[in-house]
Amino acid sequence: MKNYLFELKEGLIIAFRAIRSNKIRAALTTLGIVIGVTSVVLMATAIRGIDTSFKEGISSLGADVLYIDKWAWFSNEDWWKIRKRKNIRIEEYEEFKNLIKLPKAVAPTLWIINKVKRDDKNIENVFVTGTTSDYLSTTNFSFSAGRFFTDVESRGSRYTAVLGSEIAESLFPRESAIDREIKVGDVTYRVIGVLEKQGSFILGNFNPDKQVYVPIGTIFKHFISDRIRSITINVRAQNPDMVEATKEEATAVMRKVRGLEFGEENDFSVNQQEGLTTNYDQTVGVISIAGYFITGLSLFVGAIGIMNIMFVSVKERTKEIGIRKAIGAKRRTILAQFLIESSLICLLGGLIGLLLAVLLSQLMAQFLPTTIQVDIVMIAIGISLLTGIIAGFAPAYTASKLDPVEALRYE
Amino acid sequence: MTIINIEHIAKIYQVGSEQVHALRDVTLKIDKNEYVAIMGPSGSGKSTLMNMLGCLDTPTHGLYQFNGKNVSQMNDNDLATIRNKEIGFVFQTFNLLPRSDALHNVELPLIYAGVSSSERKDRAYEALKSVGLADRVHHKPNELSGGQKQRVAIARALVTKPSLILADEPTGNLDSKTGEEIMELFNNIYEQGNTIILVTHEEYIAEHAVRIIRIKDGLIEKDEAVKRRYIPNSVSKNINTVGTV
Repeated sequence: MKNYLFELKEGLIIAFRAIRSNKIRAALTTLGIVIGVTSVVLMATAIRGIDTSFKEGISSLGADVLYIDKWAWFSNEDWWKIRKRKNIRIEEYEEFKNLIKLPKAVAPTLWIINKVKRDDKNIENVFVTGTTSDYLSTTNFSFSAGRFFTDVESRGSRYTAVLGSEIAESLFPRESAIDREIKVGDVTYRVIGVLEKQGSFILGNFNPDKQVYVPIGTIFKHFISDRIRSITINVRAQNPDMVEATKEEATAVMRKVRGLEFGEENDFSVNQQEGLTTNYDQTVGVISIAGYFITGLSLFVGAIGIMNIMFVSVKERTKEIGIRKAIGAKRRTILAQFLIESSLICLLGGLIGLLLAVLLSQLMAQFLPTTIQVDIVMIAIGISLLTGIIAGFAPAYTASKLDPVEALRYE
Repeated sequence: MTIINIEHIAKIYQVGSEQVHALRDVTLKIDKNEYVAIMGPSGSGKSTLMNMLGCLDTPTHGLYQFNGKNVSQMNDNDLATIRNKEIGFVFQTFNLLPRSDALHNVELPLIYAGVSSSERKDRAYEALKSVGLADRVHHKPNELSGGQKQRVAIARALVTKPSLILADEPTGNLDSKTGEEIMELFNNIYEQGNTIILVTHEEYIAEHAVRIIRIKDGLIEKDEAVKRRYIPNSVSKNINTVGTV
């Protein structure tokens, strides 16, 4: 055991000397590993960033929420057939709500895209969602100011609006939005609440931060009727374990509302974000495999560089290997010596690469919520050491097998 | 006590389709505290015998016992251990590690022997002191003269207190005065009770030893005691007479 420690220390000393005496060569060789590790770390960080932001976005939708819709989010069914389905009407929602027992909350939604204005400030293409007071219970929203509209306000189709954080920020950058007036198209609403930042941009304009919520009646009255566009019924289960049971009940109740006979197909879809997640996981899975493969290639090229330079190093130091063997270095000692050297080069490269990746991820952070995490750091260090060992093995093995007589004779 | 016992060893190299008999049939015994010179022209098998004696190589046939251990059948690792613990090498070209200072060069065999750092430093320093280089411990080989380099190599050979010092043309790269100083050092080492094998092709260097083994065509041609041995101290005082004897 003691021997191993001494040999390890000797190996490190030799490796440091070898690297120091060939600085430029070591630097150039290391560059391959630097680039490889940087790109692998950045790739891992980016993928994790995308993942985090998506999962956050999804969770703001709620894992336990079902969406009863005319349209299927993910379906192999014929689009034309789905198109011919009847719109879901607000009356059907009322009936559905009265019949269903299991859910925590149900709420109708209908969104439009319109311009939102306040004095001289206006934002184009804002998603304005019409809903009822029950909507709040189907979400995990919290408020930075004010409140959601009440049952009285939604039933009475009062012109009250709840703003997403980004909308509020844009329209009222330096003041409270509460009790101020905004215009959706030409219709004036009074702001009664501002949502806290939900922080998800993958969902694009569906991001609650970029939405405005108003009583659904005002949408029907001024913008679009449920005769023209189907509403969606959001159904939130009591808890995630109840999602399946709730889904069954919702399907049954909706069939009853629609008056479907036994054997007839559903003329609506019950969507849930699980489908979204599965779909997403598949897509991101493919992207990350491709990403890791490509960045892995650059690491591989770096490893070949290390292998190459280690072969040169072994050749150059044949005499030294002979001397060491003559005075008692065993095969494994020589093997370890060169493995230590290649690992050290790769480790240095890995650390520099990591440093670069940290700097570059600061740039990336402007687009993605990325932070390099401890496990990625550990993995990067592990990978660079492993690269060193793998790339160094063949040269080190060659060195260990040298015949001392031949090696001593080498000039 | 017998240190080296060689019985009928042969070494055959395959060069292409041809077999080269570097050593044909060599039988030889060397006892503790002997001072033996091995002589022979180039191609005689002298180097092969030296590699064999130094456990750098194993014979094709025959028996080699080193301190009672059968070396002829050992694997690379066991040979490395024998070389490390039992044999101290001194080479014609010194074979020091160029990037390491004298102390580290002398420490090296002790590293492979697993000696602790502080003990290593002490022993390496003592060894360097014994060859007269106490003031050069932190010099690198390129800061030392040829004679000093060879002294470092001798210190490296002595530091493990080996059973055998094996010197291959130790004066070959030195001028005659420095060579004589080195031979004086070997004589001291011999007088302290060490066993030395000296490989050389120079008659007068060989005559510093007590016994000369002459090799020719892979066989021992002659194995005899030196009749008039050079005692280096007296010779170094009369260095001019060397050529006339």
